[in-house]
Amino acid sequence: MFKYFPHTDSDIEAMKKSLNINSIDELFEDVPKGVFFSRQYQVPEMMSETEIRTYFENLAKENKELVCFAGLGTYDHYSPAVIPFLTSRQEFLTAYTPYQPEVAQGTLQYIFEFQSMIQALTGMDISNASMYDGATATAEACFMAEAITRRKKILISKTVNPYTTDVIRTYAHYKGLEIEFVPEKDGTSDWESLHELVNSDVACLVVQKPNFYGVIESFETAASIIHSAGALLIENADISTLGILKTPRDDGADIACGDCQSLGIPMAFGGPSLGYMATLKVYVRRMPGRICGLSFDVDGKRAFVLTLQAREQHIRREKANSNICSNQSLMALYVTIYLSLMGPLGLARVNELSYEGAHYLAEKLVKTGKFKLAFDKPFLKEFVLETMINVSLIQEALLKNGFLGGLPLREFGEEYENLIAFAVTEKRTKAEIDRLVKVLEGLS
Amino acid sequence: MINYYDAVIFEKSVKDRCGYSLPKDFAPKYSLETMDSQYKRETPPLLPEVSEIDVVRHFSNISQKNFGVETGFYPLGSCTMKYNPKINDEIAAMKAFNNIHPLQPASTVQGILKIHDELQKILSEISGLKEFSLNPFAGAHGELAGLMIMKKYHEDRGDFLRRKVIVPDSAHGTNPASTAVCGMDVIEIKSNAIGRVDLAALKAVLSDEIAGMMLTNPNTLGMFEKDICEISKLVHDHGGLMYYDGANLNAILGKVRPGDMGFDIMHINLHKTFSTPHGGGGPGSGPVGVSEELVHLLPNPRVKKIEDYYYVQSDAKAIGRISSHFGNFLIWLRAYCYVLTLGREQLGKVGELATLNSNYIREALKEDYMSPLTGYSMHECVFDGLVDQTTGVRTLDVAKRLLDYGMHAPTIYFPLLFHQSIMIEPTETESKQTLDKFIAIMKKIAQEAKTNPEMLKSAPHDTYVRRIDEVFAAKKMILTYADYLKYLNE
Repeated sequence: MFKYFPHTDSDIEAMKKSLNINSIDELFEDVPKGVFFSRQYQVPEMMSETEIRTYFENLAKENKELVCFAGLGTYDHYSPAVIPFLTSRQEFLTAYTPYQPEVAQGTLQYIFEFQSMIQALTGMDISNASMYDGATATAEACFMAEAITRRKKILISKTVNPYTTDVIRTYAHYKGLEIEFVPEKDGTSDWESLHELVNSDVACLVVQKPNFYGVIESFETAASIIHSAGALLIENADISTLGILKTPRDDGADIACGDCQSLGIPMAFGGPSLGYMATLKVYVRRMPGRICGLSFDVDGKRAFVLTLQAREQHIRREKANSNICSNQSLMALYVTIYLSLMGPLGLARVNELSYEGAHYLAEKLVKTGKFKLAFDKPFLKEFVLETMINVSLIQEALLKNGFLGGLPLREFGEEYENLIAFAVTEKRTKAEIDRLVKVLEGLS
Repeated sequence: MINYYDAVIFEKSVKDRCGYSLPKDFAPKYSLETMDSQYKRETPPLLPEVSEIDVVRHFSNISQKNFGVETGFYPLGSCTMKYNPKINDEIAAMKAFNNIHPLQPASTVQGILKIHDELQKILSEISGLKEFSLNPFAGAHGELAGLMIMKKYHEDRGDFLRRKVIVPDSAHGTNPASTAVCGMDVIEIKSNAIGRVDLAALKAVLSDEIAGMMLTNPNTLGMFEKDICEISKLVHDHGGLMYYDGANLNAILGKVRPGDMGFDIMHINLHKTFSTPHGGGGPGSGPVGVSEELVHLLPNPRVKKIEDYYYVQSDAKAIGRISSHFGNFLIWLRAYCYVLTLGREQLGKVGELATLNSNYIREALKEDYMSPLTGYSMHECVFDGLVDQTTGVRTLDVAKRLLDYGMHAPTIYFPLLFHQSIMIEPTETESKQTLDKFIAIMKKIAQEAKTNPEMLKSAPHDTYVRRIDEVFAAKKMILTYADYLKYLNE
């Protein structure tokens, strides 16, 4: 007897009898004798539910929950209490891909709502049903640009998050695409040098907003250079900030993509999150991933259904330009619920509070005389400081006092020595910020 | 007319209503007014303005239009829709696993890194391989990582000729797609009549241009590749690597290990075999595992254990980074919880009970549904439509009619080897009583096909919506609420 296996001995006997076998192993007669596995797996012994709880409570104690001033792609934004209650409803949680739309209208409807919200935030025409995460969404956007332009070179600004760049690099290497970098100057992309990099081999340029340093860049120049070369502009944007910032559409982007973790999804050591991808309607057939569309059933009732599936891997097989065959559906539900609760005003407010907190912290730290802003550029919730204090000392002192971040940037390369990145969300209080400043004030 | 509860959330919006509560300002001097307007959007985004109760009711209502594993029997072939245990969700909801930033120093996440290390060891033992990376986000992502490993293995040896990957025509669509995305060429080989690899066809394509072969075993017809050892040997003798598509791993749990069958690389779909919820299509988790000589190629970042301390490391020899961090942590956490609940005592029974259930269904339905296969099925069984082909009732109609009876449809029209495929995967978590009920309904539908075929062709009748006009959806492309408003004004 075991709780996940409902078979009783007499059930098994009856089933064996109907199959005319003496032992279940007879069903495995096709497994070659030489490789038949006849011992137990060397894995831990089974645990009761109480033992499981104790075991994981102990493991949980080996992780430290810290007051988070860290960002670089993952943000400690507030997540409303409503979300886990709704997302853990079994009808959402345990269903599979909506292949039978008559019994999957719940999933399909929230995907349609999700696509609508991503469309609204990015200003693009259409969105898909979501991607794995922001980095892979950006890599897939590059493949999409390759398919549209039939060109093989990808330009990436040096101000794009290095993790995103690394993922693009990996994807591009194996697909046989070439990468070149647009250098940075004072925390922003150096568009002067873009002229020299652009030629008729270039499929796309990847930029980020706010960029890796938290700086809000302008992309008009880049868009005009890249478009006149017949290439596409791919903008990776923190979707939460699009509640107030200029849309990728207004920036001239052809594809907008990025991560949605900042919309109510717990940090959870980096996953699960989800990526988004939005583009212009003319490119819809080149967009990877699932798309949900509105239609009507035979009785004329409004209904939703997966559509344009002829683009997908299960039809195109080796001709496919993407192998993605799922979305991060449940995470898209998180986002849809979050944005429903927040609305346009709540999302603006989240940005305003983060903006206020970040500027308050930056000013306080600069006032200590031990830090200065690395770049004199506009930022929203994230910024980089330069310091002469040993960054290891800083990190040690912060951890000792229960803080995560600022994060030292030196792990990303020598050029980042002495730089430290802070992110402030609406969750951070004045008391927390003041305490952080006090800890750093005492260092020398 | 749209019923209020059927409305999309935008249709419930009322200006100046809100569903949030946020803190007061403490630094109003930095209000957004101080940001240069050239950076700001001109108009607010079209998002709904609704109160909390509106949101809760809306999503509760639409959830009821969904069918989940807890609603009823969900025999979707190739998807392993087993029961998703609650304790896994309880553990995954713990604050100490959720409030953790991915860039925290290793010293503050020893618990999580330990889970990673322990789980990858367990997956290695189950697979007969050396080490796993838990970074891939899904099965297809694991495939891609695995193929990158295959490609790099050859390139690192200075062999740039090996660019072809053998994929049987019965394979999941992701296999050829992943190969193409990885910059290699697919060589499709024909299967024999029961979907097994045709050894002659395989031998005919082997050459020094072969990077490797991808195989699902049992194959997509639910049949075990009994020549697997010979297949592996042939591919290895020609310098290729063997890739195991773990989509059907549930069948063989406790019975045979991919590594022992000669596979060098594989992925596991934790959302199938290891019971993590499918979430309406994700998030899943698709760890990729390799044999000893390929370990250094696993994707970055990796967890290394030295004495009793866990480190986060990146290896310059690896294929590179395929994800920003360690993949879908809360999913592989659930899988770990599942393995510990089953333990060595129960884990080995999964394959045999899943296989028993599938054969029980196949035996009971073979009078009414075409079963051209000989020998036993593994964890899933595939029929080729109704035995009685005179009624005009197709597989699609059978599937839709099942919905009326409160059961989810099996996978249909896959695998492509049959024209009317019905692919049934019951999993080990279903009781004989549930299977008997399913069998009775399937037999009843076979009868209905004879007595009332028209009723089947217009099924389902009792679901929330009925058959949907897919042509309209593809033609009109109403993909957002903004599109819909435009459509209404046409």
